[in-house]
Amino acid sequence: MKKDFQIALVGNPNSGKSSLFNALTGLNQKVGNFPGVTVDKKSGFLKIGNGDSVEITDLPGTYSLYPRSEDEQVTFNVLLDTQNASHPDLVLVVADASNLRRNLLFITQIIDLGLPTALIINKMDLAKEQGMDLNLAALSTHLGIPVLATNARKGEGISEVKRLIAERGAGQPLPFYLPSEEVQPILQELTPINGLQPGYRSFIYLCNHDYLQNISDKQHRELDALISKHNINITQLQARETVRRYEQITGLLGSIEKRSTKEVGKSRTEKIDRILLHPVYGYVVFLGILFFIFQSIFSWASWPMEFIETVFNQLGSWGSANLPDAWYTDLLVNGVLAGLGGIIVFVPQIVLLFLFLSLLEETGYMARVSFLMDKLMRKFGLNGKSVVPLIGGYACAVPSIMATRSINSWKERILTIMVLPLMSCSARLPVYTLLIGMTVPEERVLGLFNLQGLVMMAFYLLGFVAAIGSAMVMKWFIKERNSSFFLLEMPIYQFPRWQNVGLTLVDKAKAFVFGAGKVIIVISIILWFMSSFGPGDAFEKLEQQFATELVDGELSPEAENELNKLKLEHSYAGRMGKWMEPGIAPLGFDWKIGISLVTSFAAREVFVGTMATIYSLGSEDFEETTLREKMMADVHPTTGKPLYSTATTFSLMLFYAFAMQCMSTLAITYRETKSWKWPALQFFYMTGLAYLASLLAYQLLS
Amino acid sequence: MRLSELRTGQVAVIKSLGDHPISNKLLEMGCLPGELLRVRRIAPFGDPMAIEILGYELAMRLDEAEAIEVEVRPNFVQL
Repeated sequence: MKKDFQIALVGNPNSGKSSLFNALTGLNQKVGNFPGVTVDKKSGFLKIGNGDSVEITDLPGTYSLYPRSEDEQVTFNVLLDTQNASHPDLVLVVADASNLRRNLLFITQIIDLGLPTALIINKMDLAKEQGMDLNLAALSTHLGIPVLATNARKGEGISEVKRLIAERGAGQPLPFYLPSEEVQPILQELTPINGLQPGYRSFIYLCNHDYLQNISDKQHRELDALISKHNINITQLQARETVRRYEQITGLLGSIEKRSTKEVGKSRTEKIDRILLHPVYGYVVFLGILFFIFQSIFSWASWPMEFIETVFNQLGSWGSANLPDAWYTDLLVNGVLAGLGGIIVFVPQIVLLFLFLSLLEETGYMARVSFLMDKLMRKFGLNGKSVVPLIGGYACAVPSIMATRSINSWKERILTIMVLPLMSCSARLPVYTLLIGMTVPEERVLGLFNLQGLVMMAFYLLGFVAAIGSAMVMKWFIKERNSSFFLLEMPIYQFPRWQNVGLTLVDKAKAFVFGAGKVIIVISIILWFMSSFGPGDAFEKLEQQFATELVDGELSPEAENELNKLKLEHSYAGRMGKWMEPGIAPLGFDWKIGISLVTSFAAREVFVGTMATIYSLGSEDFEETTLREKMMADVHPTTGKPLYSTATTFSLMLFYAFAMQCMSTLAITYRETKSWKWPALQFFYMTGLAYLASLLAYQLLS
Repeated sequence: MRLSELRTGQVAVIKSLGDHPISNKLLEMGCLPGELLRVRRIAPFGDPMAIEILGYELAMRLDEAEAIEVEVRPNFVQL
């Protein structure tokens, strides 16, 4: 779409900026990238009266023009760098009316940048409820820019904002704060370097030039030289500016804000917090909520997932039956379609998890979770906000890794992402069910507990312990990027706004399908190739061998299954299984398990299907009990003992508990960290851990 | 006295901010010398703590609260 006019939406976190963005652009949004950083760029389009299209970018929330996090650096660069692709023609600053004093710090900094600016005072209803009366006309006169009042959540005042945008009605901001006298001569010297006239803009340029992406190393060096030549202490200058601004803001507010001490919103919040932050009830409620989320991802998501699987299976059968019998049909059905199904099948879980997460975020409860859990999680190098994604990992690591975004410390977020796939996700369930059924007798312990159930639970617990333990070890090896801190605004409780929730869900589903989907499709095709083709003429020989058994050009189901088994054995995947055998023999695995380990990389539950093919079971008449019997009847070629001894089975379960065998998780880790380093590390440490655990288990048990 | 030493419900006025990497961030969030605050709550395991300042509630870890030098005022003082 052609961009006629660019608008940047900026403001403090919790100012209702996203609500305003959603109210202005609705479904007309897209998520892109800011070049070179992991921050998502949310932008949307608005059609105005004369047919022009206006692009609105929702910049990350920030409390000041002194950036710390990567998010804040994005906002800083967009505003300061006139060459930036998102540099606005109009800045819309959003402020929370109920907390104007703190919001004005950032507002007045924006004003001093001298860009065309308009101010939107949001949450006016809340301010009124709290007994505040604001004279917006006086504020507008004082700042020199238009000031509008909105209640974005209720849609009030939005049409006025749209009109302002259509009229391109920015005012010329009146300077609010001037950098102190002593820096003026330095700013004079700065003009030849950056071309800026002395003023706040050049001052902030000097102070924070380290965060500017678009200036040359030479300029950086010149600026550093200037700073050391004049012995400038930036930290001190920033402190002085902040204190001075607040003094002026207090003076200004005295003339435009009238207060009576009615604190309705706050007292309601106080009452809710008495329960939700209670040392006992607080944790009870939180555990209850976690349990509910876990249950619903586990069970509610299962029927749409089954539906999606059925649709893709039927599409596949239809394709095999009606398309020409050739390699490209096979690629389309077993490579592309299977890969696509493997992506779409995650969407229900992603949508459900994010439904709950955005409800927790929207209502203000998420900040309380961090508050309650921070001390406990910090012992393991994690953050209070790591808890919900970790528990979500029991259902599926993919949406949960996406959910770690809310963790604002880079190190704590990376640690959470790294250990999250150790939580026993639902794809491990079919593997555990099959294997536990083979070794653990179906009996009751103390006449009460099902032994198989207890073993299953032990494996779930093991996942959690492994995750926490790994975090504790890894926290010594991962360096912090920014100085870590935990300063968290506890917003007042509010009802969720469904438009915001809905748009978040659409956003996340899209981000997964298009972000991780590409990698998954590519790996699916590679896996398809590996299991459908073999080196040399092995496949042709097999076909010839079976040619004698053809009846009316068709094989009997048994012969067909036998052929498929032999094909898999002679395929590249089969070769790889055999090639791996010496390496995995100490774990009690043979080449057949080796093949399954390779194909499981598509998704862990593929283990069961691969085993079915290896033991020549057709997919139509597949029954788990038959597979279990066939596997248990298999004997070790050299020892003659059953192949699936207790030692091998436990070793295999441990391997599935720890190994990184999920390309979707690797793809999403790549997407979220924007680097192959982290998924690679995840793959090697988890698989290494799995190898050691299985080795130990097999050697001790056999 | 440091902010980290206060108990729930106590009111104090900020005297100064220590030489701590977080100090400027605290200033931005409104923890200014001369400003009144009230300890709203301390998390069940003793850390973090939440204070009321500038009319909103701000949570911080005790490490951070240690950077804030305060002087206690009577609990009945209105913020």
